[in-house]
Amino acid sequence: MYSRTYKSLVSAPPLLWIAFFLLLPYALMFAHSFWLVQDGVLVHHWNLDNYKKLMSNPVYLGVLFRTVRIAASVMFCSLLLGYPLAYYLSFHVRARKELLYQLVIVPLWVSYLVRGYAWKTILGSDGVLNGVLQYLHITHEPVSFLLYSPFAVVLTLTHIYTPFVFLPIYASLEHIPRPLVEASQDLGAGPRSTFVRVILPLSMPGLLAGATFAFVLSLGDFLAPLLVGGSSSTMIANVVQSLFGAAYDWPLGSAISICILILIIGLLFLTERLEKRWSFK
Amino acid sequence: MSSAATTPGVAAAAEAALLEIREVAKRFGTRDVLTSITLNIAAGEFLTLLGESGSGKTTLLRLIAGFEAPTAGEIWMGGERLDPQPPYQRRVNTVFQNYALFPHLNVRENIAYGLKVKGTANVEVVDRVSQALAMVKMTGFAAARPSRLSGGQQQRVALARALVNRPQLLLLDEPLSALDANLRKQMQSELKALQREIGITFLFVTHDQEEAMALSDRIALLRDGALEQVASPREIYAHPATAYTAQFIGQTNVLRGEIRNGIATCGILRWPLEEADGPALFSLRPECIRFSPEGPRRNTEVKFRGAIHQQLYAGASELLEVDCGAGQVLRVRVPACGSLTGKHDFVFSIADAIRVHE
Repeated sequence: MYSRTYKSLVSAPPLLWIAFFLLLPYALMFAHSFWLVQDGVLVHHWNLDNYKKLMSNPVYLGVLFRTVRIAASVMFCSLLLGYPLAYYLSFHVRARKELLYQLVIVPLWVSYLVRGYAWKTILGSDGVLNGVLQYLHITHEPVSFLLYSPFAVVLTLTHIYTPFVFLPIYASLEHIPRPLVEASQDLGAGPRSTFVRVILPLSMPGLLAGATFAFVLSLGDFLAPLLVGGSSSTMIANVVQSLFGAAYDWPLGSAISICILILIIGLLFLTERLEKRWSFK
Repeated sequence: MSSAATTPGVAAAAEAALLEIREVAKRFGTRDVLTSITLNIAAGEFLTLLGESGSGKTTLLRLIAGFEAPTAGEIWMGGERLDPQPPYQRRVNTVFQNYALFPHLNVRENIAYGLKVKGTANVEVVDRVSQALAMVKMTGFAAARPSRLSGGQQQRVALARALVNRPQLLLLDEPLSALDANLRKQMQSELKALQREIGITFLFVTHDQEEAMALSDRIALLRDGALEQVASPREIYAHPATAYTAQFIGQTNVLRGEIRNGIATCGILRWPLEEADGPALFSLRPECIRFSPEGPRRNTEVKFRGAIHQQLYAGASELLEVDCGAGQVLRVRVPACGSLTGKHDFVFSIADAIRVHE
């Protein structure tokens, strides 16, 4: 077996990396969340005021609630797009499978910003969509709710995260042995029954992983609201960003970050338990 | 069942055909996997599709199960056309090669699957599942997940899962090929006993000729997508129609020669045979040749002399390779007799040299 020196040499770099770039910053952030800012100066005075403010101020809770709602919508929409796509590709495409797979993946190579701006040009008041609507005389003036609304944020984020949802679902569907599907039909189950009783349960780990990706990544997103969201769809990460920036209230920003962190860790813990429950190998 | 005197094969042939395969062909792209198969399977029969890999036996099974559609021909079962029906409407169940048990369901749920999807009443499901469990001796494993079971146990569950639906026809796709030799022998006899007991028609696919011989009422030998011969194991062994059949089922010596003026000549062997002149092919089983006793040769026998150049010991018997000169080597099976060398006289009965086709 490997010697002790070898083991510690090999494991040291990743451990140091995690300690310096993950644990230390989190510890600092955790500490900050119990300090306060007085007259524009950070004071190392331990208190719970930041958390109290968070719980009592309806603005923060409102934004947090909206963020969860947007993230849940994105998760729902990208599952609605990603699952059928993965199912179709895995079970019904034979000849051009590789090509179609690549077509789903390609958007991942395009910069987030480019895709954000693309939606801006599509949805804007003098954008592509409004131009078409007016040209077809469906509307007479630009439709304003398209851009700078939660709708635009959900649309953009769904576009960005659908491949992330597609990938784990596709992988889990590809892993289902095809004789199981035949066995189900052989035992008298039609296509719908086979899907509900065999394919869906066996693709559950992929579905959960995809849903978690979409939800967690959307929850922490701040670019989409910035680009296409406007003031009506500010999300919690935008609040954190402004608290650490212009507002210069690091303690309150830290407190919010810690809350989100706890929320996400709780969620990951839950989905991991669920994924274990649904894996059978 | 009705008449005590009939052997299973005869009884099966006398009853009406359950499954009729009429001139069925299957092509994948440009490859003809099956070419015009016509075959009837009687109710209650144990029929084996035997063939090498690539002979089309699994494809024929999949056509009957409904996982593939025939390119030409029709399949009928009990007076009703089967081939246009989707697999979930056919009264046919399959035991898959690697069992294909549902990993997310336990043994009981796996067996109950077919009954549940058909909306069978719960009381009946519970009842029939426990009967099926008892039938395959797996009652103690009802709550176990398939991944916890051994190969033989999974095999039993797969069998129960299919049989609980009381199909008219059970298809078995090399169900024993994943088991080790001892377990395989044991499962063979269990399978045979079970089939006798419940009387369901079995269509069994295998590449193992011994297994086919041991289990079947009839064997349908497939070669390159066509039926080579369909007959009972005894018939197919004793009277193979072709040299291929003779060599595939058991061991044989294929003698190539000709008939002229009522005399068959194959290398150094000659015997009288009243058939038309021309080239001829014979199958002579190794066990039909024996050491020649002292004294004169009988008219119905052929005597020859050869040198033993290899001896393979097999417990109760020995397989000798006998060099008769002029490059002609015959395999001879004799009772175990100790080490042998040198030249010996052998004899076989003319009736045992079976004329076969190419």
